[in-house]
Amino acid sequence: MTPLNRNQIAWRAAQDLPEGGYVNLGLGMPVLAANYAPEDREFMFHTENGIVGVGPVAGENEEDPDLVDAGSQKVTLRPGAALADSAMAFAMIRGGHIDVTILGGFQVSVTGDLANWDAEVPNKGPLVGGAMDLAVGAKSVWVAMAHTTRDGAPRLVETCTYPLTGVGVVDRIYTDLAVVEVTPDGFLVHEILKDLSRDALQERTAAPLLYSPDCAVLSAPDL
Amino acid sequence: MIDKRIENIAAALDGITDGASVMISGFGGAGLPVVLIRALEAASVDNLTLILNSLRFIETYAPGLFADKRVRKTVSSAARGRGKESSEYELQLEQGTLELELVPQGTFAERMRAGGAGIPAFYTPTGFGTKLTEGKETREFNGRQCVLETALTADFALMRADVADRWGNVSFRGTQANFGPAMAMASRVAVVEVERVLDEPLPPNAIDIPGIFTQRIIAVPDER
Repeated sequence: MTPLNRNQIAWRAAQDLPEGGYVNLGLGMPVLAANYAPEDREFMFHTENGIVGVGPVAGENEEDPDLVDAGSQKVTLRPGAALADSAMAFAMIRGGHIDVTILGGFQVSVTGDLANWDAEVPNKGPLVGGAMDLAVGAKSVWVAMAHTTRDGAPRLVETCTYPLTGVGVVDRIYTDLAVVEVTPDGFLVHEILKDLSRDALQERTAAPLLYSPDCAVLSAPDL
Repeated sequence: MIDKRIENIAAALDGITDGASVMISGFGGAGLPVVLIRALEAASVDNLTLILNSLRFIETYAPGLFADKRVRKTVSSAARGRGKESSEYELQLEQGTLELELVPQGTFAERMRAGGAGIPAFYTPTGFGTKLTEGKETREFNGRQCVLETALTADFALMRADVADRWGNVSFRGTQANFGPAMAMASRVAVVEVERVLDEPLPPNAIDIPGIFTQRIIAVPDER
Protein backbone atom coordinates (compact mmCIF):
# COMPACT_ATOMS: atom_id res chain seq x y z
CA MET A 1 0.00 0.00 0.00
CA THR A 2 1.49 3.31 -1.11
CA PRO A 3 -0.51 6.41 -0.16
CA LEU A 4 -0.89 9.03 -2.89
CA ASN A 5 1.63 11.85 -2.81
CA ARG A 6 0.63 15.54 -2.93
CA ASN A 7 0.70 15.68 -6.72
CA GLN A 8 -1.41 12.54 -6.98
CA ILE A 9 -4.03 13.84 -4.54
CA ALA A 10 -4.24 17.04 -6.59
CA TRP A 11 -4.45 14.98 -9.80
CA ARG A 12 -7.29 12.88 -8.42
CA ALA A 13 -9.32 15.94 -7.39
CA ALA A 14 -8.68 17.59 -10.76
CA GLN A 15 -10.21 14.64 -12.62
CA ASP A 16 -13.61 15.53 -11.11
CA LEU A 17 -13.63 19.19 -12.18
CA PRO A 18 -16.64 19.84 -14.42
CA GLU A 19 -16.38 20.98 -18.05
CA GLY A 20 -16.78 24.76 -18.25
CA GLY A 21 -16.27 25.13 -14.52
CA TYR A 22 -15.25 28.33 -12.73
CA VAL A 23 -12.82 27.01 -10.15
CA ASN A 24 -10.89 28.55 -7.25
CA LEU A 25 -7.85 26.64 -5.98
CA GLY A 26 -6.50 27.28 -2.49
CA LEU A 27 -2.82 27.70 -1.69
CA GLY A 28 -0.61 24.65 -1.23
CA MET A 29 -1.75 21.29 -2.51
CA PRO A 30 -5.02 22.49 -4.14
CA VAL A 31 -3.29 24.85 -6.56
CA LEU A 32 -1.34 21.87 -7.96
CA ALA A 33 -4.64 20.63 -9.40
CA ALA A 34 -4.34 23.22 -12.18
CA ASN A 35 -1.36 21.23 -13.53
CA TYR A 36 -3.51 18.12 -13.88
CA ALA A 37 -6.82 19.52 -15.10
CA PRO A 38 -8.13 17.28 -17.91
CA GLU A 39 -7.13 18.78 -21.26
CA ASP A 40 -10.38 17.89 -23.00
CA ARG A 41 -12.34 20.22 -20.70
CA GLU A 42 -12.16 24.01 -20.46
CA PHE A 43 -11.91 25.69 -17.06
CA MET A 44 -11.63 29.24 -15.79
CA PHE A 45 -9.47 29.37 -12.68
CA HIS A 46 -10.43 32.25 -10.40
CA THR A 47 -8.24 34.07 -7.87
CA GLU A 48 -9.45 36.15 -4.90
CA ASN A 49 -7.43 39.15 -6.06
CA GLY A 50 -9.42 39.47 -9.24
CA ILE A 51 -8.43 37.09 -12.04
CA VAL A 52 -10.98 34.96 -13.82
CA GLY A 53 -8.97 32.78 -16.18
CA VAL A 54 -5.51 32.63 -14.63
CA GLY A 55 -3.00 30.80 -16.84
CA PRO A 56 0.31 29.10 -16.04
CA VAL A 57 2.95 30.70 -13.82
CA ALA A 58 4.89 33.26 -15.86
CA GLY A 59 8.12 32.17 -17.52
CA GLU A 60 11.33 34.13 -17.08
CA ASN A 61 10.66 36.59 -19.91
CA GLU A 62 6.94 37.06 -19.37
CA GLU A 63 6.93 38.03 -15.68
CA ASP A 64 4.80 41.08 -14.85
CA PRO A 65 4.93 42.26 -11.20
CA ASP A 66 1.46 43.79 -11.68
CA LEU A 67 -0.09 40.44 -12.58
CA VAL A 68 -0.08 38.06 -9.63
CA ASP A 69 -2.33 35.31 -8.28
CA ALA A 70 -3.69 34.83 -4.76
CA GLY A 71 -0.37 33.30 -3.72
CA SER A 72 1.50 36.39 -5.02
CA GLN A 73 3.05 34.35 -7.85
CA LYS A 74 3.60 36.14 -11.15
CA VAL A 75 1.21 34.49 -13.56
CA THR A 76 -0.18 34.68 -17.09
CA LEU A 77 -3.74 34.98 -18.35
CA ARG A 78 -5.46 32.42 -20.53
CA PRO A 79 -7.65 33.33 -23.52
CA GLY A 80 -11.02 34.63 -22.34
CA ALA A 81 -9.62 35.89 -19.03
CA ALA A 82 -11.09 38.90 -17.23
CA LEU A 83 -9.78 41.11 -14.43
CA ALA A 84 -11.74 42.61 -11.53
CA ASP A 85 -11.15 44.29 -8.20
CA SER A 86 -11.29 42.42 -4.88
CA ALA A 87 -14.86 43.43 -3.95
CA MET A 88 -16.03 42.07 -7.32
CA ALA A 89 -13.83 38.96 -7.04
CA PHE A 90 -15.43 38.17 -3.68
CA ALA A 91 -18.91 38.91 -5.06
CA MET A 92 -18.13 36.09 -7.51
CA ILE A 93 -17.29 33.86 -4.54
CA ARG A 94 -19.98 34.86 -2.04
CA GLY A 95 -22.60 35.23 -4.74
CA GLY A 96 -22.40 31.56 -5.67
CA HIS A 97 -20.75 32.01 -9.06
CA ILE A 98 -17.78 29.73 -8.36
CA ASP A 99 -18.64 26.13 -9.26
CA VAL A 100 -15.91 24.45 -7.24
CA THR A 101 -13.29 25.48 -4.75
CA ILE A 102 -10.59 23.07 -3.66
CA LEU A 103 -9.16 24.02 -0.28
CA GLY A 104 -6.50 22.66 2.02
CA GLY A 105 -7.58 21.44 5.43
CA PHE A 106 -6.45 20.65 8.96
CA GLN A 107 -9.69 18.88 9.90
CA VAL A 108 -13.12 18.14 8.44
CA SER A 109 -15.97 17.05 10.69
CA VAL A 110 -18.60 14.44 9.92
CA THR A 111 -21.12 17.27 9.40
CA GLY A 112 -18.83 19.09 6.95
CA ASP A 113 -17.34 21.67 9.27
CA LEU A 114 -13.96 22.82 7.99
CA ALA A 115 -10.93 23.94 10.01
CA ASN A 116 -8.16 25.17 7.74
CA TRP A 117 -6.99 28.63 8.74
CA ASP A 118 -5.65 28.74 12.27
CA ALA A 119 -3.11 26.10 13.30
CA GLU A 120 -2.62 28.01 16.57
CA VAL A 121 1.11 28.43 15.98
CA PRO A 122 2.63 30.29 18.94
CA ASN A 123 4.28 33.68 18.32
CA LYS A 124 2.95 33.95 14.76
CA GLY A 125 0.13 36.31 13.87
CA PRO A 126 -3.14 35.02 12.40
CA LEU A 127 -3.94 34.84 8.67
CA VAL A 128 -7.45 34.10 7.42
CA GLY A 129 -7.36 35.49 3.87
CA GLY A 130 -10.28 34.42 1.71
CA ALA A 131 -10.80 30.95 3.19
CA MET A 132 -14.03 31.77 5.06
CA ASP A 133 -15.59 33.43 2.01
CA LEU A 134 -14.73 30.48 -0.24
CA ALA A 135 -16.01 27.98 2.31
CA VAL A 136 -19.51 29.51 2.39
CA GLY A 137 -19.67 30.88 -1.14
CA ALA A 138 -18.58 28.24 -3.64
CA LYS A 139 -21.30 25.93 -4.97
CA SER A 140 -19.16 22.92 -4.15
CA VAL A 141 -16.37 22.81 -1.55
CA TRP A 142 -13.73 20.10 -1.86
CA VAL A 143 -10.88 19.59 0.57
CA ALA A 144 -7.54 18.08 -0.46
CA MET A 145 -5.42 16.97 2.49
CA ALA A 146 -3.50 14.06 4.00
CA HIS A 147 -5.82 11.62 5.73
CA THR A 148 -3.90 11.93 9.02
CA THR A 149 -1.36 14.30 10.57
CA ARG A 150 2.35 13.46 10.50
CA ASP A 151 1.86 11.95 13.95
CA GLY A 152 -0.96 9.76 12.65
CA ALA A 153 -3.87 11.69 14.20
CA PRO A 154 -7.03 11.53 12.08
CA ARG A 155 -8.09 14.67 10.21
CA LEU A 156 -11.58 13.34 9.44
CA VAL A 157 -13.20 13.78 12.83
CA GLU A 158 -16.50 13.92 14.73
CA THR A 159 -15.90 17.51 15.81
CA CYS A 160 -13.09 19.86 14.74
CA THR A 161 -10.76 20.90 17.54
CA TYR A 162 -9.02 23.63 15.52
CA PRO A 163 -10.84 26.96 15.00
CA LEU A 164 -13.52 26.66 12.30
CA THR A 165 -13.41 28.18 8.84
CA GLY A 166 -17.03 27.32 8.04
CA VAL A 167 -19.93 25.29 9.44
CA GLY A 168 -21.32 22.42 7.38
CA VAL A 169 -19.64 23.55 4.17
CA VAL A 170 -17.51 20.64 2.89
CA ASP A 171 -18.92 18.38 0.15
CA ARG A 172 -15.97 16.11 -0.66
CA ILE A 173 -12.57 15.17 0.72
CA TYR A 174 -9.62 13.91 -1.35
CA THR A 175 -6.90 12.33 0.76
CA ASP A 176 -3.86 10.13 0.19
CA LEU A 177 -6.00 7.14 1.21
CA ALA A 178 -9.55 7.75 0.02
CA VAL A 179 -12.17 9.87 -1.71
CA VAL A 180 -14.91 10.68 0.78
CA GLU A 181 -18.22 12.49 0.38
CA VAL A 182 -19.81 14.33 3.31
CA THR A 183 -23.47 13.26 3.38
CA PRO A 184 -26.34 13.83 5.84
CA ASP A 185 -25.62 10.29 7.07
CA GLY A 186 -21.90 10.93 7.58
CA PHE A 187 -18.67 10.18 5.70
CA LEU A 188 -19.33 8.08 2.58
CA VAL A 189 -16.26 6.49 0.98
CA HIS A 190 -16.31 6.43 -2.82
CA GLU A 191 -12.73 5.28 -3.40
CA ILE A 192 -10.22 3.53 -1.17
CA LEU A 193 -6.53 2.95 -1.80
CA LYS A 194 -5.60 -0.47 -3.25
CA ASP A 195 -4.56 -3.00 -0.57
CA LEU A 196 -5.86 -0.79 2.24
CA SER A 197 -8.51 -2.64 4.24
CA ARG A 198 -11.69 -0.92 5.38
CA ASP A 199 -10.64 -1.64 8.97
CA ALA A 200 -7.30 0.06 8.40
CA LEU A 201 -9.00 3.13 6.87
CA GLN A 202 -11.44 3.28 9.79
CA GLU A 203 -8.49 3.16 12.24
CA ARG A 204 -7.14 6.30 10.57
CA THR A 205 -10.50 8.09 10.73
CA ALA A 206 -12.13 9.46 13.90
CA ALA A 207 -15.75 9.11 12.76
CA PRO A 208 -17.71 6.18 11.31
CA LEU A 209 -17.19 5.49 7.60
CA LEU A 210 -19.97 4.38 5.28
CA TYR A 211 -19.18 2.81 1.90
CA SER A 212 -20.76 3.52 -1.44
CA PRO A 213 -22.21 0.34 -3.03
CA ASP A 214 -19.91 0.95 -6.00
CA CYS A 215 -16.86 1.90 -3.95
CA ALA A 216 -13.85 1.84 -6.28
CA VAL A 217 -10.07 1.62 -6.01
CA LEU A 218 -8.25 4.95 -5.55
CA SER A 219 -5.33 5.17 -7.93
CA ALA A 220 -3.33 7.84 -9.74
CA PRO A 221 -0.54 7.87 -12.32
CA ASP A 222 3.09 8.30 -11.18
CA LEU A 223 3.56 12.03 -10.61
CA MET B 1 -11.13 73.95 -12.99
CA ILE B 2 -10.85 70.45 -11.63
CA ASP B 3 -7.22 69.41 -11.29
CA LYS B 4 -6.41 66.72 -8.74
CA ARG B 5 -2.70 66.54 -9.57
CA ILE B 6 -0.43 67.44 -6.68
CA GLU B 7 2.97 69.07 -7.03
CA ASN B 8 5.06 66.80 -4.85
CA ILE B 9 4.88 63.85 -2.53
CA ALA B 10 4.96 66.11 0.55
CA ALA B 11 1.44 67.26 -0.38
CA ALA B 12 0.11 63.71 -0.60
CA LEU B 13 -0.79 63.41 3.07
CA ASP B 14 -1.51 67.08 3.71
CA GLY B 15 -3.95 67.43 6.59
CA ILE B 16 -3.28 64.05 8.19
CA THR B 17 -3.39 64.13 11.98
CA ASP B 18 -2.62 61.90 14.93
CA GLY B 19 -5.24 59.20 15.26
CA ALA B 20 -5.98 59.13 11.53
CA SER B 21 -7.31 56.02 9.81
CA VAL B 22 -5.50 55.07 6.60
CA MET B 23 -6.50 52.43 4.05
CA ILE B 24 -3.64 50.99 1.98
CA SER B 25 -4.30 48.93 -1.16
CA GLY B 26 -2.05 46.28 -2.70
CA PHE B 27 -2.03 42.51 -3.09
CA GLY B 28 1.11 40.50 -3.74
CA GLY B 29 2.87 43.78 -4.56
CA ALA B 30 0.40 44.74 -7.32
CA GLY B 31 -1.25 48.09 -6.67
CA LEU B 32 1.00 48.64 -3.65
CA PRO B 33 1.71 52.39 -3.20
CA VAL B 34 5.29 52.15 -1.94
CA VAL B 35 6.03 55.86 -2.39
CA LEU B 36 2.93 56.82 -0.39
CA ILE B 37 3.61 54.20 2.30
CA ARG B 38 7.06 55.76 2.76
CA ALA B 39 5.46 59.21 2.86
CA LEU B 40 3.21 57.97 5.67
CA GLU B 41 6.27 56.72 7.55
CA ALA B 42 7.91 60.12 7.05
CA ALA B 43 4.85 62.03 8.27
CA SER B 44 5.02 62.88 11.97
CA VAL B 45 1.75 61.25 13.00
CA ASP B 46 1.03 58.44 15.39
CA ASN B 47 -1.86 56.57 17.00
CA LEU B 48 -2.77 55.42 13.49
CA THR B 49 -5.38 52.88 12.43
CA LEU B 50 -4.16 51.03 9.33
CA ILE B 51 -6.72 49.24 7.17
CA LEU B 52 -4.90 46.95 4.76
CA ASN B 53 -5.10 43.32 3.69
CA SER B 54 -1.69 42.18 4.95
CA LEU B 55 0.72 43.81 7.39
CA ARG B 56 3.79 42.37 5.68
CA PHE B 57 4.22 45.26 3.29
CA ILE B 58 4.41 47.80 6.09
CA GLU B 59 7.18 45.75 7.71
CA THR B 60 9.02 45.72 4.36
CA TYR B 61 8.61 49.32 3.22
CA ALA B 62 7.85 51.38 6.35
CA PRO B 63 9.19 49.40 9.31
CA GLY B 64 9.37 52.57 11.40
CA LEU B 65 5.60 52.68 11.70
CA PHE B 66 5.66 49.55 13.85
CA ALA B 67 9.13 49.96 15.36
CA ASP B 68 8.21 53.39 16.73
CA LYS B 69 4.81 52.11 17.89
CA ARG B 70 2.91 54.61 15.78
CA VAL B 71 0.18 52.14 14.85
CA ARG B 72 -2.58 51.66 17.43
CA LYS B 73 -4.81 49.31 15.48
CA THR B 74 -4.96 47.40 12.21
CA VAL B 75 -7.89 45.94 10.30
CA SER B 76 -6.56 43.11 8.12
CA SER B 77 -7.10 39.58 6.82
CA ALA B 78 -3.44 38.63 7.30
CA ALA B 79 -1.16 39.50 10.21
CA ARG B 80 1.49 36.84 9.79
CA GLY B 81 5.09 37.84 9.25
CA ARG B 82 7.58 36.06 7.04
CA GLY B 83 9.80 33.35 8.49
CA LYS B 84 9.64 31.51 11.78
CA GLU B 85 10.71 34.35 14.03
CA SER B 86 8.11 36.84 15.19
CA SER B 87 8.09 40.12 13.28
CA GLU B 88 7.79 43.43 15.14
CA TYR B 89 4.04 43.58 14.68
CA GLU B 90 3.60 39.97 15.79
CA LEU B 91 5.47 40.82 18.99
CA GLN B 92 3.24 43.85 19.57
CA LEU B 93 0.13 41.75 18.94
CA GLU B 94 1.42 39.19 21.44
CA GLN B 95 2.13 41.90 23.99
CA GLY B 96 -1.26 43.48 23.42
CA THR B 97 0.12 46.92 22.51
CA LEU B 98 -1.18 46.61 18.92
CA GLU B 99 -4.86 45.90 18.35
CA LEU B 100 -5.87 43.67 15.44
CA GLU B 101 -9.32 43.32 13.94
CA LEU B 102 -8.94 40.17 11.83
CA VAL B 103 -11.48 40.10 9.00
CA PRO B 104 -12.17 37.52 6.29
CA GLN B 105 -10.82 39.02 3.08
CA GLY B 106 -14.16 39.17 1.24
CA THR B 107 -15.85 40.78 4.23
CA PHE B 108 -12.92 43.20 4.42
CA ALA B 109 -13.45 44.27 0.79
CA GLU B 110 -17.23 44.44 1.09
CA ARG B 111 -17.17 46.47 4.31
CA MET B 112 -15.19 49.14 2.48
CA ARG B 113 -17.37 48.97 -0.63
CA ALA B 114 -20.41 49.36 1.65
CA GLY B 115 -18.73 52.25 3.46
CA GLY B 116 -18.29 54.06 0.18
CA ALA B 117 -21.76 53.17 -1.08
CA GLY B 118 -23.74 54.47 1.89
CA ILE B 119 -24.63 51.05 3.27
CA PRO B 120 -23.97 51.18 7.04
CA ALA B 121 -24.10 47.40 7.58
CA PHE B 122 -24.95 44.17 5.77
CA TYR B 123 -25.59 40.51 6.49
CA THR B 124 -23.17 37.92 5.09
CA PRO B 125 -22.85 34.15 5.54
CA THR B 126 -19.05 34.47 5.69
CA GLY B 127 -17.60 33.61 9.07
CA PHE B 128 -20.83 32.44 10.67
CA GLY B 129 -20.07 30.05 13.54
CA THR B 130 -16.38 30.97 13.66
CA LYS B 131 -14.41 32.82 16.31
CA LEU B 132 -14.00 35.82 13.99
CA THR B 133 -17.70 36.68 14.29
CA GLU B 134 -18.26 35.87 17.96
CA GLY B 135 -20.70 38.30 19.59
CA LYS B 136 -22.00 39.68 16.29
CA GLU B 137 -25.70 39.86 15.49
CA THR B 138 -26.90 36.91 13.44
CA ARG B 139 -30.03 36.34 11.40
CA GLU B 140 -31.32 33.62 9.10
CA PHE B 141 -32.12 34.45 5.48
CA ASN B 142 -33.49 31.80 3.10
CA GLY B 143 -32.46 29.08 5.52
CA ARG B 144 -28.93 30.39 5.78
CA GLN B 145 -27.31 31.78 8.93
CA CYS B 146 -25.70 35.19 8.40
CA VAL B 147 -23.67 37.67 10.42
CA LEU B 148 -24.16 41.45 10.59
CA GLU B 149 -21.02 43.28 9.47
CA THR B 150 -20.59 47.06 9.62
CA ALA B 151 -19.13 49.34 6.97
CA LEU B 152 -15.52 50.55 7.06
CA THR B 153 -14.52 54.13 6.22
CA ALA B 154 -11.26 56.03 6.64
CA ASP B 155 -9.66 59.45 6.54
CA PHE B 156 -7.16 58.51 3.83
CA ALA B 157 -6.72 55.79 1.20
CA LEU B 158 -3.42 55.10 -0.57
CA MET B 159 -3.07 53.07 -3.76
CA ARG B 160 -1.01 52.68 -6.92
CA ALA B 161 -2.43 52.56 -10.43
CA ASP B 162 -1.16 52.77 -13.99
CA VAL B 163 -2.65 55.93 -15.48
CA ALA B 164 -4.76 58.86 -14.30
CA ASP B 165 -5.97 62.15 -15.76
CA ARG B 166 -6.25 65.55 -14.09
CA TRP B 167 -9.91 64.87 -13.29
CA GLY B 168 -8.78 62.05 -10.99
CA ASN B 169 -10.01 59.24 -13.18
CA VAL B 170 -7.87 56.16 -12.68
CA SER B 171 -7.01 53.10 -14.77
CA PHE B 172 -5.24 49.99 -13.52
CA ARG B 173 -3.19 47.30 -15.25
CA GLY B 174 -3.03 43.59 -14.39
CA THR B 175 -4.18 42.90 -10.83
CA GLN B 176 -3.35 46.38 -9.52
CA ALA B 177 -6.97 47.19 -8.70
CA ASN B 178 -7.57 44.75 -5.81
CA PHE B 179 -8.79 46.86 -2.84
CA GLY B 180 -8.21 50.24 -4.54
CA PRO B 181 -11.70 51.01 -5.88
CA ALA B 182 -13.41 50.08 -2.59
CA MET B 183 -10.85 52.07 -0.58
CA ALA B 184 -11.18 55.12 -2.81
CA MET B 185 -14.95 55.06 -2.28
CA ALA B 186 -14.66 54.54 1.46
CA SER B 187 -12.17 57.30 2.25
CA ARG B 188 -12.39 61.06 2.64
CA VAL B 189 -9.07 61.63 0.83
CA ALA B 190 -8.03 59.01 -1.74
CA VAL B 191 -4.46 59.50 -2.92
CA VAL B 192 -3.36 57.64 -6.03
CA GLU B 193 0.24 57.28 -7.19
CA VAL B 194 0.49 56.39 -10.86
CA GLU B 195 3.03 55.67 -13.54
CA ARG B 196 1.69 58.44 -15.79
CA VAL B 197 -0.72 61.36 -15.57
CA LEU B 198 -2.31 62.27 -18.87
CA ASP B 199 -3.05 65.85 -19.89
CA GLU B 200 -5.96 64.68 -21.99
CA PRO B 201 -8.91 62.83 -20.45
CA LEU B 202 -8.87 59.04 -20.16
CA PRO B 203 -11.37 57.35 -22.47
CA PRO B 204 -14.53 57.20 -20.30
CA ASN B 205 -14.95 53.47 -20.80
CA ALA B 206 -11.35 52.76 -19.77
CA ILE B 207 -11.80 54.22 -16.28
CA ASP B 208 -11.65 51.83 -13.30
CA ILE B 209 -12.17 54.48 -10.59
CA PRO B 210 -14.24 57.50 -11.60
CA GLY B 211 -12.59 60.71 -10.42
CA ILE B 212 -15.52 61.48 -8.13
CA PHE B 213 -13.93 58.99 -5.71
CA THR B 214 -10.35 60.35 -5.79
CA GLN B 215 -8.85 63.55 -4.41
CA ARG B 216 -5.09 63.55 -5.12
CA ILE B 217 -3.07 62.17 -8.03
CA ILE B 218 0.71 62.06 -8.41
CA ALA B 219 2.97 60.48 -11.01
CA VAL B 220 6.00 58.84 -9.38
CA PRO B 221 8.26 55.94 -10.38
CA ASP B 222 7.36 52.61 -8.84
CA GLU B 223 9.61 52.05 -5.80
CA ARG B 224 8.82 48.40 -5.16
